[in-house]
This record gives sequence, structure tokens and C-alpha cells, in this order.
Amino acid sequence: MFNKILIANRGEIACRVIQTARKMGIASVAVYSDADRNARHVKLADEAVYIGPSASSESYLVVKKIINAALDTGAQAIHPGYGFLSENADLCRHCAANNLVFIGPPVDAILAMGSKSAAKKIMANADVPLVPGYHGEDQNPAVLKQAADSMGYPVLLKAAAGGGGKGMRAVYAEDEFDQALAAAKREAQTSFNDDLMLVEKYLQKPRHVEIQVFCDQHDNAVYLFERDCSLQRRHQKVIEEAPAPGLSEELRQRMGSAAIQAAKAINYQGAGTVEFLLDSSGAFFFMEMNTRLQVEHPVTEMITGQDLVEWQLRVANGETLPMRQDQLTIHGHAFEARIYAEDPDNDFLPSTGTLHQLRAPIESNHVRIDSGVVEGDEVSIFYDPMIAKLIVWDSDRARALKRLTDALSDFCINGVTSNIPFLYNLASTAAFRSGDVDTGFIEEHQDEIFHRRQEDLDYAAPLAAQAILAKRAERSKQLAEHSLEPSSPWHLTDNWRTTGIEQHSLAMLINDQPVQLKADTSVMPAGIKVVNNGEHHFSNSSDFNLFTPQGVFHCTEAQANLGLDEDNHSSGNLAAPMNGTVVTLLVEAGASVSKGQPLLVMEAMKMEHTIAAPTDGQVGEFFYQAGDLVDGGAELLIFVAADISAAL
Amino acid sequence: MAIIKTRINNKSPDYSDNYQAMLTQVDDLKSTLQTIAQGGGAKACERHTARGKLLPRQRIEALLDPGSAFLEFSPLAAYKVYDEEVPAAGIITGIGRVSGQECVIVANDATVKGGSYYPLTVKKHLRAQAIAAENNLPCIYLVDSGGANLPRQDDVFPDREHFGRIFFNQANMSAQNIPQIAAVMGSCTAGGAYVPAMADESIIVKNQGTIFLAGPPLVKAATGEEVSSEELGGADVHCRTSGVADHYANNDHHALELARRSVARLNRVKPCNGDITEAVEPLYPSNEIYGIVPSDSRKSYDVREIIARVVDGSDFDEFKALYGTTLVCGFARIYGYPVGIVANNGILFGESAQKGAHFIELCAQRKIPLVFLQNITGFMVGKQYENDGIAKHGAKMVTAVATANVPKFTVLIGGSFGAGNYGMCGRAYDPRFMFMWPNARISVMGGPQAAGVLAQVTRDKYERDGIEWSAEQEAEFKQPIIDSYEHQGHPYYASARLWDDGVIDPSETRRVLGLSIAASHNRVIEETKFGLFRM
Repeated sequence: MFNKILIANRGEIACRVIQTARKMGIASVAVYSDADRNARHVKLADEAVYIGPSASSESYLVVKKIINAALDTGAQAIHPGYGFLSENADLCRHCAANNLVFIGPPVDAILAMGSKSAAKKIMANADVPLVPGYHGEDQNPAVLKQAADSMGYPVLLKAAAGGGGKGMRAVYAEDEFDQALAAAKREAQTSFNDDLMLVEKYLQKPRHVEIQVFCDQHDNAVYLFERDCSLQRRHQKVIEEAPAPGLSEELRQRMGSAAIQAAKAINYQGAGTVEFLLDSSGAFFFMEMNTRLQVEHPVTEMITGQDLVEWQLRVANGETLPMRQDQLTIHGHAFEARIYAEDPDNDFLPSTGTLHQLRAPIESNHVRIDSGVVEGDEVSIFYDPMIAKLIVWDSDRARALKRLTDALSDFCINGVTSNIPFLYNLASTAAFRSGDVDTGFIEEHQDEIFHRRQEDLDYAAPLAAQAILAKRAERSKQLAEHSLEPSSPWHLTDNWRTTGIEQHSLAMLINDQPVQLKADTSVMPAGIKVVNNGEHHFSNSSDFNLFTPQGVFHCTEAQANLGLDEDNHSSGNLAAPMNGTVVTLLVEAGASVSKGQPLLVMEAMKMEHTIAAPTDGQVGEFFYQAGDLVDGGAELLIFVAADISAAL
Repeated sequence: MAIIKTRINNKSPDYSDNYQAMLTQVDDLKSTLQTIAQGGGAKACERHTARGKLLPRQRIEALLDPGSAFLEFSPLAAYKVYDEEVPAAGIITGIGRVSGQECVIVANDATVKGGSYYPLTVKKHLRAQAIAAENNLPCIYLVDSGGANLPRQDDVFPDREHFGRIFFNQANMSAQNIPQIAAVMGSCTAGGAYVPAMADESIIVKNQGTIFLAGPPLVKAATGEEVSSEELGGADVHCRTSGVADHYANNDHHALELARRSVARLNRVKPCNGDITEAVEPLYPSNEIYGIVPSDSRKSYDVREIIARVVDGSDFDEFKALYGTTLVCGFARIYGYPVGIVANNGILFGESAQKGAHFIELCAQRKIPLVFLQNITGFMVGKQYENDGIAKHGAKMVTAVATANVPKFTVLIGGSFGAGNYGMCGRAYDPRFMFMWPNARISVMGGPQAAGVLAQVTRDKYERDGIEWSAEQEAEFKQPIIDSYEHQGHPYYASARLWDDGVIDPSETRRVLGLSIAASHNRVIEETKFGLFRM
């Protein structure tokens, strides 16, 4: 076995690999950029090598720096983690050239799967099922129909030049085909001046089900079952689970065999993942193969009891696979939720800043936290804003799901906005509870997930009222305990009047919606948890998160209107919404602008963000120039609203 | 531990009859109070709120700590007293918690006759100030009043206990470091202008509050000057130019928030007297009081059943249980505060009066507040008792009650007649707080007794003059007297005239007493110096 390995990565995956290495008695070398000087993976490793500036293109992505770090420290192998250089053939080649072991597949396998179209050809030749389709030049309607008939209905007609749904038709039965084709062609002709049509199998409610495979250098291959990663947002996985809900043993075996077939077709070695789309009819089709360890590998570890990083190291060291297929079994059910610093209510904009508070649930046999950050760390603009992966396990899916929501509600994160409420709500939907998932799930259930329905407010309002009253009573009780008169009835907060107890009039905001109601003091129902935004339970903070079986609600006690903002109009200075870089200034200082006019563009997390005039007015002065780095919340420019500038 | 064991059968027909009778009276009380809480009616309230002003009860709600109790005083004030309706006498007073401290709040109700001061408005304002002064409680005035009621100026302005006393009290409380805070949330004219001017700190709401000695009409009449109220005495004038007010509020809510902040900065610590512990609830439900108190007030019952439903853990250490048994005396706690309880269990005899005097001395010596549960037809009469010196024994008790320098709390739970009222700490004996149950009656003697006495006097006169007076004629003579005593002895009649601090639901007695006793602990209990006891 290796004596020392280098981990060419950062964050939670670097920490994860270091942990297994340590367990196996292997020394670990971390690499770090400027931004990661004090990062957790650096502290955890036995050695650490500085590899340059914060931008990953100048550090973590520079093959030469990684190779040099390994050579300088005497590491024998390089673990690439995921992302960065994990599927980079160049690193693979340089390792070989420098007598370093690349902990991953051979370079040919990486290259074979690197091109999607080439990969599909290889798979087709290896009899791995692909989404059926006709992409031919021959546009004879009979030929097209013939293709449709042979792939089976429903099919999707698509304009080759198309986009935006124009020239697209779903055809559910043979006798509808001709008419639909004619209509689609007409539409394509008028929209794109090109009526070339493709025919593809129309997958209904497809699921993303992937198979974890492992191959060694001795021609052995096993699959470690599947993961269902259907819950995706813009092709980004949100919650993963294993096993896939409702998957039959027979289908599992067929998919497993197909995955092994795919791996063997490219002489694979190490850990790989074969991604399939699974149709509601039970048909499955190859999408792509990831030639690395996946972010969501822990759910597989939880249900198989195996350490996949250990397997990787053993395979890379030339050992045979630790287990045969017949020795592998599924035990229980596991979920992984990816906890990100992002704002789901603001189009999932990354939220950067300092993690003033990061309190994770207590780890156990049931709860595992993979994290690369600790309280006080910075979530910077340079890297993926992941805070942690929460992995839970229990004997069955329902129990595991309960573990997931409980653990999510135990997280306290302050300083950056997190997607915990989004994850919690997602996991609380009835459809997810019943395992009814597909890749369109989040889109389809977004009103429920984001609590945009009146019934959500109606449900949450009385609970929020109870929470407010309970908080009051609790706070008063604390004061009472520290007073000379512990039982004074003046400590009670039950709104007593000479005519008896009166209902409390409460005004609050629930998910930013104003709600007013009258409530009695009574006991909180069981199963409801109040978290004061990570603050101490009895803090004076007037806002809190209410975790309920139907999702989490952000509640704020409404403050009385003190008339303080009456003189403010909408003037004032515009602040940066997050840490980032100023890309360009769009107007001159002193310019008169109209409401909504873009004034400045910022970039953060590879996304551009435009700062616009809140109202008609005048730009006073810019505090930054293009290229400047800006902290979130910093004032960018002086803005004077029109009605005031007129008066000046 | 001396737990009172109840002997009540709550399944008996008597119990349910009593219960029904009391419930009817409590329901009537609540519905009357609810009507009064509407203030000057829907129209006036609408006019008031349309100006962006909060109603007085909303103001109090916003001023109080969220969920705080509000112990309101005499909401029945002026009830059916004047030939027009003046709900709550146009002023809402009470104790509530503001920024963690018990404060007396005095709020004008401008929806009632513009918040002007009727004679009983003055009396109620002064009573609230007296409560503040006696219990050392900060005062917060929410001012919104046109000043004295001009047609009734002779009953409002000139006398010792009239309008001017308000400012006298403010000055003297301020002198004792009892904070005086005024928020001007409406007009504050003439004499009323002295409420904010005499306050330690004053707040005024822009475009709403005005302070001036003479309003625009009077200024025009006097000097010919034409001026708007805002120019004459608005928030800008008083905060920027005159300095009459200290804090500028944008609206009602802001003014109340400023008042809360002001209280939070008072630098006062509640002293709390003696050995205060954690409380235990009574063992028996408080609403059983309804079934215990006989619907026929002439029937007797054991007052310990009431005590058992008021004191902590129904735990009552009785003093001299075997002597002078018509007066029950003993030690207990209410919400953890030690109290001495003096309760009637029948007519007062010489022994019971002496026992009461002794017990009151004990409590004064030990600085234990006294709670009087008053249900008394008077001291025993007759030759034997006069010869035994009932008058001097009664005098001992009255002396003890009058001079005991501990907080005293009186609840009229039944009759309050004659000298019994004095011995049991009636209004004239300055209890810190005094409340009545709806079944209580108060008069110099019972109606039939008074009618009998007057009939006897009349019959003697007729007999001297040789005039026949038939039994029917006598009955006809007596009935209006009985009716008048019943009318004037009713708690609403009493409370309307501020003879008490409010009529309460008997099942809330524990809470009312608890709030009152807790409030009284804002003042340190001083030594007592008793007067001479006639031996």
C-alpha cells in the first residue's frame, strides 16, 4: 500500500479522502490556494503544499503544480476527488510520466467517456440501451413514422433547428403521428425556416438512477447498487438516495449488469458511475458515465457498509476488489442532502460571507456530516459554496426520511443564507414521502416547496402564533427565575384582563407574507420545532424558523410602524448583494437615470448581477471601479432619488 | 402545612343553584364591561382612528409588554351616574407591565365626550395617582383630552380633590422619585397642558398632539390673534421652540415606544419585601366559588372554602382557630407573597374583634400584608354585648386596621354593613386596593333594617300625634326605602362612584389579589406605630 498520497482537491472531499487515508495508515498531503490557507482540509492533512492564488485556474486546476507538489513531498499517488482535475486526462498522463499513481481510471477510459457522442457510440456497440431516436437526413414521413413505430410511443418530434418548444410535438399513438408531424413541420418552417425533424423516444416522468460500479486491474467488476438522484435543480443534484424507491430486484440486476457492461466496454478501473434515465415503464437508457468518485457516494457507503475511498486506494494499489458481487447486499436506506450557501428565494443566488455560526446535528450511526468548513470559515466567491453534505441512514425509507428532516432542522447556520429550508420543504412534500420522484419533481412541486399556496399560510399562521406566545412565556419565565418574586403574576404573559384572559392580537410575516390573527396561549403541538435562526432559543431576535411536518416557515414578528422611514423615500446608497467583482460601470457619475436602469454589473460565482436604479434619480459617485473586489453589503454608489434631487 | 380540606358537594342542588345565580351576575358584569370597553361608540371610534390615532385600549396594549396583564381600575366609573353616558368616565386607568416594570397607566378616551373631565373622571384620575403614590409605581399619562367639562366646572375645578390636585400629585410624586411620563397623543388644553408640562419626561405626536393653555378660539377671543393649533402648540413648536415637550414622535406607536424606552431607563429596582417563594396553585378550582356563595345572602357558609380557592396550595395556618370563631385569621401565601388573611365567618363579637386586633398587630410587626375578605352585617348588638364593651373591642380592631402600616387589600365578598365595614378595612381605611364581587352589597345597614328603623321612628311620631298607621301603610312606607337601599347598595352603584377599584369575577380573585399584592411590593414596608387601644 502507498505510504503517502496527495489529494488534489479541497473542501469536504479532500477531508473525506484524508480520513480514509489516515484510517489505513497512509500519510496525506493537502494542497491549498490563498483563500484556503486556514481551511479544514489543510489542518486535517499531515502536510500541506501551497499552490498559488485563490482562483482555481491558477491553483487547483494547474496540473504542473499538483504534480510538483506530489513529487516535492514524496507522495506516491494522487487522489483527484471530484470536480477540478478528477476527469482530466492530462493529469492522468503526467502522473504516469512521473511515476505517480493516479487514483482513478486509465486515461483511455477518461477519454472515451469525455466526449458524449463518442461515449454513446461505444455504448451502443456494447448493447447498453440508449434513448432511441432517429436523427437521419431522410425526411420522408413514412421513414419518420417507421422510426417512431419501432421505438414505441410516445415519441417526441423535435425541429433540428429548434428551441423554446417551437416545432415540438409529443405523439402518444400511431394514428396521431401524421397530423402531428405535419403541424410540427409547419411550425418549424415558419419559426426557423427549416423543417428538418428528429424523432426521439419521449420519456415520461424519467428518473435519474445511477449505478455505482467498481473494477479492478484483474478483470473483476461489481456494482454497488443504485442511487436515485432525480431531485435536481437545473441538472444539479439536490437530494440523493439509495436504494432507488420502488425499484424491483429484477430491474436492479438488469441495470447493474448493463452498468458493468458499460464499464467493461471501456476497460474501466476504479470507481465509476453509470447514469441512466429510467422511464415510468421501467425502461432505462444510458446517459453518461462519470469516471470518478461522485459527490453522493456516501449514500452507497451507508447502505453497503463499504468505504469507497478505501476501495479506490486498494484498486489503485493493484489489489483485487475487496468483495464479490454475491457478498454485497443492501442494508437499509440512506439519503444525502447537499447543504449550500445559497438563497433559494432569490433564484438560488450563491450567498458568500463568514459562517458566523455552523452547528451541525450530532453524528451517529444514523447521521453523517461530510464538511470541509468549520464555524468562522469564509464561504468565498472562488469555489463551490457547499457547506456540508448531510447523510442519514435508517432501516427503511420512511425512518430515514424522518432522520433527514430532523437532522436538517438541527442545523444552525448563521452568516450566510443556506438552502436548509428549501431542502426541508422538499423532503417534507407528500410526493417525496411516497417516493414519487422524477427529474421534473422540483419544477412540478415548486408552489408546494416554496409555500406559495394560501393553504400553507393558513396552516403555518396558528403554529407561528403559538411559537411567538411560547417564546414570550419562556423569556418571561427566565426573567422570573432570576427575580426576587419568582411567581409574581406580572411575569405571566397570558394577556390577562379584568374580564378574563383575552386573545392575543399578533401581527407577523410568514415567508414575507403579512399575517394577522388572534390566538390563545396554548401548548405547541408535538413535532413542531422553533429555531431562532441559529440564535439561542431565548434570544430577543424577532424572527425564527418554524419546522413543521409540512415544511419550514420563516416567521418574523411584525414590528409596529414607528413612522421612522417616512422621510427616507427610496434614496440612499446601493449595496453589493454579495461578495464579488465589479465587472463594469454602466453610467457616468452624476448621470440622471430612470427607474430600473442598470447602473453597474457585478460578477460572483460565475453569475452576473446587475445593480439597477430603484427609482428615478441621480447617481452621485461610484465607490469602486471595474475589476475591484467588493464585499457583500458594501456600498457601491451614491444614489439620490428624483424627488429629493429636485429639492437639492 | 395546614391544607384546607373542602367540604363542598359540587353535585348538590344548592351548589348548582348558587352556581347559576353567581354565573348570571358574572355574565351581566362581563357584558356590561364589554359594552363600556367600546368607549364612545362605533362612530366616535371611527372618527378617532380615521385620524391615524389608536384607540385608548389599543394604546395601552401597545404600551404594555407583550402579553402583560392589565389590572384595570373602576371600569364602571360613572356608570348610570350622569344623564348622559360617559363610559368608564372617559378615562382608562390601571396597572400594567411596561419594560419589565409595573406602572400606573392613565389614558384619556377622546371618543367619550372628547376626553373631557367629568367630576368622576377627576376622581378616577386622582385615584390612579393615589395608587401610584401609595405603591411607588411610575405613572404614564396618555393624554388626549379637551380638559375640564365646562358645564360642570363647579364639581371639577375648585375643591381640594378636583382638577388642580392632578398636578399637585404629579409634583409631589416627582419629588418622591415616582417617575411621571406623559405622552401627548391628542389635545391637551388649558389645565390639561400641565400634565406634560409637569411631567418628568414628555412625548408629543406630530400632527396629533397639541399643548396650549388656550386653544385657537380662545386666543382669537382674547387677543384677536388668528393661529392654527399646530402653530400654537404642535409637536414641532414644543420640541423645537418652546421646550415644553422632550421627545418628538412620528405617530402613536412611536410615542408609545418612546415611553417604553423612557421606562426602561428609569434605573429603578423593585425592592420586594420579606420572604417570597415560588407559588403553588390552590388545590381546588376557583370557579367553585360560584357554587359556594349562597344565592340567598342571609345564609351562612364557611369562608375557609373561599380561602382554599385563593391561597397557594390551599395552605392556611390559622391563628386562634378556636377563639372568636366568627372571624377567621391566619397566614398564607398568594403567588408566593406572604399574607395575613382576615375573613368574616359571621357577625363580629367582642372576642372576634380582639382576635382580629391581635392578628393585625402580628402582621404589622412582621410586615406581612393583610387581605380582608369582607362579609359582615356588623358588630353584635344588644344589652349583654354593649355591657361587655363591644364598642371598645370594636374600637381596638378599627384602631389596628387604621394604623397598621402594611399594605391592605380588601375584597367585598358579601355584605358590608355598618361598623363592620370599618373593622374590615372599608374604603375609608385606605386599603391599597379594594374590589367587590357582583353579589356584594354595601350600605350603612341592611335595607329592611333601615326601613324598620325609619318606620319605627315614624310610627312613634304618628302615635304621639294620635294618627292611625295601618300595617299596609307601613309596608308601603318601607318598600321605597328597601328599594333605595338595594339600588344604592349594588356594586355597580358603588363602583360607578369609585367606592372601590372595581367589581370583579369571584373566580379571578386570586389573580386580582396577586397582581395587587405584587404591585404593592414596589414600596418598602415601613414600621407601624399603632394608636391607643382602649383596654
